[in-house]
Amino acid sequence: MTELVIHKSSPGLTVQDLGRTGLTHLGLSRGGAADPVALYEAAALLGHRQPLAAIEMAGFGGTFEVTAPTRIALTGAPMRVRLGSKELRWNASHLLEAGERLSIGAAERGTYGYLSFAGGIETPEVMGSRSTHGVAGIGAALATGARLPLGPDQDTGASALGLPLDTRFSGGELRYIAGPQTALFAPETRERFEATTFARSVMANRQGVRLEAEARFPAQTPEGLASDFILEGDLQMTGDGLPYVLLNECQTIGGYPRIGTVIAADLPVVAQAPLGAALRFRQITLEEADRIAAAQEKRLKDLRRRAKPLIRDPATIHDLLRYQLISGVTAGDDLEG
Amino acid sequence: MRGKPPEIAEEISRRPAGTGAPEILTLGRDGWLVRFALTLEPWVTAAVQKLHAQAQEAARSGALPGVTKVSPCLTSVLFSFDPASSERATMRAAIARLVEAEDWHTATPEPAARLWQVPVAFGGEHGPDLDEVATLSGRAAAQVIEDIAQTPLRVLAIGFAPGQPYLGLLPAPYDLPRMSALNPQVPQGAIALAVRQLVLFANASPTGWRQVARTAFRPFRPDSDTPIPLRAGDEMRLVPVSGSEMSVLLSAGDPAGGARLEVRR
Repeated sequence: MTELVIHKSSPGLTVQDLGRTGLTHLGLSRGGAADPVALYEAAALLGHRQPLAAIEMAGFGGTFEVTAPTRIALTGAPMRVRLGSKELRWNASHLLEAGERLSIGAAERGTYGYLSFAGGIETPEVMGSRSTHGVAGIGAALATGARLPLGPDQDTGASALGLPLDTRFSGGELRYIAGPQTALFAPETRERFEATTFARSVMANRQGVRLEAEARFPAQTPEGLASDFILEGDLQMTGDGLPYVLLNECQTIGGYPRIGTVIAADLPVVAQAPLGAALRFRQITLEEADRIAAAQEKRLKDLRRRAKPLIRDPATIHDLLRYQLISGVTAGDDLEG
Repeated sequence: MRGKPPEIAEEISRRPAGTGAPEILTLGRDGWLVRFALTLEPWVTAAVQKLHAQAQEAARSGALPGVTKVSPCLTSVLFSFDPASSERATMRAAIARLVEAEDWHTATPEPAARLWQVPVAFGGEHGPDLDEVATLSGRAAAQVIEDIAQTPLRVLAIGFAPGQPYLGLLPAPYDLPRMSALNPQVPQGAIALAVRQLVLFANASPTGWRQVARTAFRPFRPDSDTPIPLRAGDEMRLVPVSGSEMSVLLSAGDPAGGARLEVRR
């Protein structure tokens, strides 16, 4: 069995896939990768139909080794990465030989980086997923010395692929839809909310991200407002009148009033926003949200076609003899189809 | 309507008098939320339970095409659907037909299909805030225990944490506010009280609620075939046991915690 050995871990290293859907009404939020787009990118780079479980790295990486040759993909927040003495390109796939040391450092932009494997991480599933869900007490952060089972790489000779780096790692505009409590906020509060540029606070984790601003955005709530269902993307206004954007490991019932819900396509921007990143909000209609969701689904499907073979000087390829150069060209044509 | 903002008061004044007609609101791209009120009152609890039961029946009989799940919360019922394959407006119309057929203000809850009897130890190390609850509700600690044990509690909603039930409603004297300062940590199995409800904590957690008791019953068992044993609408009776009996149940480590389930229909 192929294993991944973690020689050096860092806080916030966990196994994540797309999480557990359809259990929110039983108190279990979806969880899974904080930036699911990064898992779709890894799937495109490794030729998978669907994303497999990967290592999520919150701000910092670690040192890794595999016990059999396997292709890897590096996606999400770009991090400094070296294979032995050689720097590797981010948002690309690479071949990792048994015994080589892969060292991943700090994020240069964004927050969550991902290390994926051609055979996927094969830890046991709990309730249909391998994701660690800290809030629910499923799984735990990965410690130095941990060994995880990997599926075998069926095609170690496949050519290395790359994807252009996305722009979701430095904040920006977030689109949101109205929710059941939007009317608890006065129209002028909502106007001020959209006119404000927020900064990502130091308080941020997989449950949610707090935002800072000079202005305050209080709701007009009745005394004893009952708790109600909450969702990932919800813009909760906490007691001090500042927003907290819920992410995919959030609780499922909450008592703070919510001004709206950030659409799924923009949530990776929230999760990836580095400390201090500027974030603004714009309300859109449900119809627009539906159109964006359909376009996003298509964009994720198209990633496989957009992954292109890395152009490399053969002289710098340290393991040239392993590459099947001819079939690599053919595979490139297939990807265009 | 004390404390309600003008928009809400206006919203309420537009509703037909006396029927408790709820609002139908979007929740995300894939949900219609039927909300009876913004605050918890006995008629609201009954209305939620009744609509939840009726909607499940309607979904089973095909009267709510496209609805994939019906889930109750404290003052609302959520109808989930797949936005890629369902027409939002059609679904809203079907929900509106279901909702308009009733006078919700006079709703009474359906009898529960399942009854749980769950051993709990009140007071002492297992319920450090029991005496404070007694003082605030103006009765003796023994009376508090009896009131809670005599109340046919219902699982009003499941959430916050996995499998975690909100139980209620307790009699009016237990309409106690949350504590102003957070209790930094209650243990797994803590039973804590606020605003006529009890929460049975699935995991150790900080809370603003007062811990009156503890149980060895685990509402979330991720490695089990039935990871979430409770269902919204279940009835639960808390059966007092001694502190030493509870210590034995806790150390036994059985997630059932000595609870018994009776299925009535």
